[in-house]
Amino acid sequence: MSSQTKLVVAHAPYWHDGSRLSTKNYHIIIAALPAVLMGISQYGAPALAVIAFSMACAMIWELVWSAILKKPAPIGDGSAAVTGLLLGMLMPATAPWWVIALGTFIAIIVGKQIFGGIGFNPLNPPLLALAMLVISFKGIFDFNEALRNYDLGFAMTYPLADLKAFGPGAIAKFSLGDLFMGRQAGAIGSTFGLGLIVGGLYLMLRGYMRWEISLSFLAGVFVTALLFNLSDSSQYAGPMFHLFAGYTLIAAFFLVPEDSSSPANFIPMLIFGLLAGVMTVLVRNIGAYVDGVPFSILLMNLANPLLDKIRPKAIGKVVENA
Amino acid sequence: MIKRSFLGLVKPRLQYNLVPDSVQELPAPKKVTLLLKVSQNGGPPSTLNVGDAVKTGQRLSASPESAEYVISSVTGTISALAPHVGPLAQKYSAITIDAGGQDNWDDQFKNEPTLDTAMKFFEYAPGSPSFKAFSDPEKTIRTIVINGMDQDLLLTVNQYVVQNEGAAVKSGVQALKKITGANRIVITVPENLVQQATTTGAEVKTVSDTYPDSLPHMVMKDLLGQVVLAGDAVEDTETVFMSAEAVAAIGTAFSASRPSVTKVLTVVGKDGATRNVRARIGTRIGDVLQACDISLSDRDRVILGGPLRGTATYSEDLPVEPGTDGIVVQDEADSAQVTDYPCVNCGECIRICPVKIPVNMLVRFLEARLYEDARNMYDLDCCIECGLCSYVCVSRIPIFQYIMLGKYELSLMETAEAANE
Repeated sequence: MSSQTKLVVAHAPYWHDGSRLSTKNYHIIIAALPAVLMGISQYGAPALAVIAFSMACAMIWELVWSAILKKPAPIGDGSAAVTGLLLGMLMPATAPWWVIALGTFIAIIVGKQIFGGIGFNPLNPPLLALAMLVISFKGIFDFNEALRNYDLGFAMTYPLADLKAFGPGAIAKFSLGDLFMGRQAGAIGSTFGLGLIVGGLYLMLRGYMRWEISLSFLAGVFVTALLFNLSDSSQYAGPMFHLFAGYTLIAAFFLVPEDSSSPANFIPMLIFGLLAGVMTVLVRNIGAYVDGVPFSILLMNLANPLLDKIRPKAIGKVVENA
Repeated sequence: MIKRSFLGLVKPRLQYNLVPDSVQELPAPKKVTLLLKVSQNGGPPSTLNVGDAVKTGQRLSASPESAEYVISSVTGTISALAPHVGPLAQKYSAITIDAGGQDNWDDQFKNEPTLDTAMKFFEYAPGSPSFKAFSDPEKTIRTIVINGMDQDLLLTVNQYVVQNEGAAVKSGVQALKKITGANRIVITVPENLVQQATTTGAEVKTVSDTYPDSLPHMVMKDLLGQVVLAGDAVEDTETVFMSAEAVAAIGTAFSASRPSVTKVLTVVGKDGATRNVRARIGTRIGDVLQACDISLSDRDRVILGGPLRGTATYSEDLPVEPGTDGIVVQDEADSAQVTDYPCVNCGECIRICPVKIPVNMLVRFLEARLYEDARNMYDLDCCIECGLCSYVCVSRIPIFQYIMLGKYELSLMETAEAANE
């Protein structure tokens, strides 16, 4: 049976809801913009240079990798751009160019491509890069040292470093309102609490992010910090300080809910976020590092495959020996 | 095509078409093609020859003892016999009949409501009801569920029948009771058809208007309170599903003393407008589209069935079959395209899966062709084949196709194992 008109065949379904990966990633970039713009307005051209160079480097590394492997470059999906942007947001405005080039190499090649590319990374790429850089180049990520030439009209010491070195007494000078409105020293894109929360809520409502992970992470940070604070308030800062200082908010809305390295079932998502939050405060309060975000989330990333085994029983499934 | 809503926090709701269009009667075609199933090693039909005269309603089978048959929908002569291969490699013999113009009805049909009559004449009735489970001595069937709601989006065939042919459904229900001895007959309808459904004499259950709630597995779970276990067929729960159109055709057959040879189908044009037509079984798809003023161009898609579970076909020369509930035509620009991107683990499929399958893990195993692991560890057998995972996939992976391929490969393995034993 032949026919004049050539029809295209395919398997069902013939409808699609129209979502695509590039749209999702571009929306993540849009959601990150308020916090990024605040950072650029505070630190000026150097901050813009860090962000732009970081995004460019991330995309170049991905192009180089696909050229070496002779595979089509997936650059249009925006995932390398998002990785570069997030890594830039985690850096101080004074980061030298070679740290950024190295960091994006770690994020794109070591963090993602050697595992098979997008969707296969077991760890969060920007956080992996951040953790390796923080361990390797302590001075560059010591925000007190890095930002000593800036005077933006508020206390130019890194709140978490003050807390670690001098205890809760030293952080009285930071009001919660200042912390929330970005009037604190820190990385380019992680200090403006309001902007991060607005961006995060946007992603949640549009369904581009798993709200369960974000909210349980924040709950984990809050509850753990509260328990520490209740046990000894002269030694441990209050929960709101931990929510608004350091990398907490950018982690909650942009890093913990990263698709590939976090669980997809409901209960595992809650456990994952909660434990990452608990770990963050544990590192901050009794660990060696100033901020526990990169290490706590990377640790939970490792537990992700195990956690995602907790799943509802499929309807109709026959459980033997039950 | 229904797109993602602006607020993505809520699950998308795909709603069935609840407003059946009126039916336009198509004139009897000059030529029909009937697809007769042949066994895997069977040759061409021995009892049929080119040039044989056939009457409307005549039963045509490959050999006198063969269980497979078709019912001629016109009176005329057989003009061609050709082999034909279906989508899952089933072999058919395509019987083309040139119609003579006048309908001359065959008189083999006996007006007795027995299982024998049903097996001999109704398996090729519109809606293709299956009576095999009733004749299987290993199976007991206590319940018949009449699906008064179409299985796929856009289609309104069964709803049209419930709305307008209640009397035929009623006599069909009575005939089914005599034929099968089933002691419970349930009809599932959307809320707006409950009143019409009560006149049929069957027990009425209201099915929700959201896809995939009218699929047999969902009806079993939600309305009859019985879960079909993984790997089992619906018949294993002592229940058989039939479409309302099939039941109406059975009712009409006994009141008119001849089998039904026409099929109602929903035709959806490129603009998304739906209309219902009644055509002879075996009518060329191209003729149906022409009667609806739908023109095809290269790279269009012609889907037999609905947009989520149908089968795209390669030729407009193929015929309308008893199970063809709709023809959906899609322009190239509107048709969903798949990619070879990997799963990014976003979890949309897990959220939408009606039977809670971990689709993100399942698709990884299926991509790696680990079909047995996919079945044993990640619930491949639980899938009810609704297609929603592919519909929401942000990577546009052909998940549904992988699932069907996996099931098909597993069935081949089982056949091979059974042959070795």
